[in-house]
Amino acid sequence: MTKTRDLHGIAALEAMFARAKAQDRGAFLPYFPIGYPTYDASLAAVKAMAALGADGFEIGIPFSDPIADGPTIQAATQIALENGVTVRKCLKTVGQLRNEGVAQPMLMMGYANPLVAYGTDRFVRDARAAGADGLIVPDLPPEEAAMFADSCAREDMALVFMLAPTSDDQRIDLVTRHATGFIYVVSLTGITGARRELPAYLNAFIARLRARTDKPLVLGFGISTAEHAREVSQLTDGFIVGSAMVRAGGEGLEAVRELTGAMVAAIGN
Amino acid sequence: MPMADLYIRTDISELPDARGYFGEFGGRFVPETIMPALDELEGAYAEAIADPEFHHELRHLQRTYTGRPTPITHAQRLSEALGGAQVYLKREDLAHTGAHKINNALGQGLLAKRMGKPRIIAETGAGQHGVGTATAMALLGLECHVYMGSVDIRRQQPNVFRMKLLGAEVIPVESGSRTLKDAINEAMRDWVTNVETTFYLLGSALGPHPYPMMVRDFQSVIGLEAREQIQDMTGQLPDVCVACVGGGSNAIGLFHAFRDDSSTELIGVEAGGRGIESKEHAARFADLDISRPGILHGTRSFVMQDEDGQIMETHSVSAGLDYPSVGPEHAHLRQLERAYYTLATDDEALEAFQALSKLEGIIPALESAHAVAEAIKRAPTMPRDSVLLVNLSGRGDKDLDTVIGILDDL
Repeated sequence: MTKTRDLHGIAALEAMFARAKAQDRGAFLPYFPIGYPTYDASLAAVKAMAALGADGFEIGIPFSDPIADGPTIQAATQIALENGVTVRKCLKTVGQLRNEGVAQPMLMMGYANPLVAYGTDRFVRDARAAGADGLIVPDLPPEEAAMFADSCAREDMALVFMLAPTSDDQRIDLVTRHATGFIYVVSLTGITGARRELPAYLNAFIARLRARTDKPLVLGFGISTAEHAREVSQLTDGFIVGSAMVRAGGEGLEAVRELTGAMVAAIGN
Repeated sequence: MPMADLYIRTDISELPDARGYFGEFGGRFVPETIMPALDELEGAYAEAIADPEFHHELRHLQRTYTGRPTPITHAQRLSEALGGAQVYLKREDLAHTGAHKINNALGQGLLAKRMGKPRIIAETGAGQHGVGTATAMALLGLECHVYMGSVDIRRQQPNVFRMKLLGAEVIPVESGSRTLKDAINEAMRDWVTNVETTFYLLGSALGPHPYPMMVRDFQSVIGLEAREQIQDMTGQLPDVCVACVGGGSNAIGLFHAFRDDSSTELIGVEAGGRGIESKEHAARFADLDISRPGILHGTRSFVMQDEDGQIMETHSVSAGLDYPSVGPEHAHLRQLERAYYTLATDDEALEAFQALSKLEGIIPALESAHAVAEAIKRAPTMPRDSVLLVNLSGRGDKDLDTVIGILDDL
């Protein structure tokens, strides 16, 4: 899908959700960390996923102490750091992916400290300039997000917050009020990582959220097979595949293509 | 306040603010999954400290189990040798389990029990918090799992064995630098996963709100006792209070009671490791080339990090001080210039370790030896009738293996 982008930021995400909805499916948003298993291989992986019909991306910025991540992403981002990947390099990479024709929405995903070290205003400005459309910071609840909120609003970048099965109505309302672009719905209490089965309470959980918000809901954590993708594609506005895709990336580009192809086919894109 | 009423000081806790901030430090930087658990914990803690029964229970255990109040010892031979201030030691090494960590473990343990959480997790560096927690859980009959970096497991074998003996499961952590920081990462991952049944018994005055406040309050018994005891013994407030600072719980526990005593100087001692120039240390406040405000383990404080914001590996001969960040209230006290922070190198701590052993018959924990090292530097510069109070936060038996390896020519 090598076309030029006519929409940016939150509008690009809105268009992505509208298109998926028109096809009666959820948007497929794989996560991939820059620098794993090598820098070039991570670029190739994102481009391959883009060509095969992924709807958008979470571009992972590595951090030395990723407390919300399971062993797969911990190990991958550690290797990315050993490969010399920095915040600056991740931003440059987004620009390069845009130059090489990746037109889907891209969100930067990284823990707070490296972004704070880079400078929050500067990060949002540079991310936008590079062609990113949004930001996800897993250790940044809305209560602490003021440092990003103004600059994201100014640059029209989505600032995505999370909701979890433990979130009560009060927190659902708080997150709904602050989130732009979409809400990242954590499918289970736990860290990232592939799971054999999706939790049984998922339907009820999503219904509970739908009753309180109209914002797009994107499900993540544990979605690893085409069967999962088919299931959640009918349930939410989008879904994220992280650890399973990272594991495929570790096996090689062919495995990335295979998993992406299977996911895309399963949701009927 | 009579000694009988000393248990938790909550009367001057104007900080943190409602969002868990001490000035610009603190807060709650955690995944959404555990935000509700932090709200629940904050609520349960507020309820507990408003309940006389909770105080009564904690005080009872402090007296009949921990052995509080711990005494203050006048280190006469050390003072004589230094030729300046009279050095006094607050003997947290005499608390049950041999360190101040039990104060917090019992406090949070009672809270966990009130909250009906059957499963307790903790992290440990030197193993003292792990031992304190395992002990408290054995006493209270709660299931206990302790995360510990494999590097620390190697250098703190006696404490690993103690924890197992006390019925805790010790889970080795192989990620990252395999020290305290990584043990906290794993404990937080466990908590995110098992949050509904699990109480995270965090061992230092760090982490997301309400931990820095709660741990301080449970450790404030140190300063409350000491403030009264030292006046009974010397007729005055200390001129200087010294404590080592890893995460900073023993220091904040001592400092808290003296916060309003403007004539008492408060000094925190960080781990200088192999010296600042070597970059192998854990002196978060001393080396501003590699340490600046940042976010680690749910709180905003000083963090040792590279230019890209990646957390740096630290070094100290003492596992309990080997941590790249520091409790947010210390960052605040430093900014206010209410407390001052200095460092002692590995070598200085080892010298102090030996000096206190030989002159007073007290083998200090290597962590506490950092505070003693500062007393050795500071006392000679002070008048002979002045009072320097050191928080002797723990005993050194656990460190003998480490020290034997270094001081083989003793």
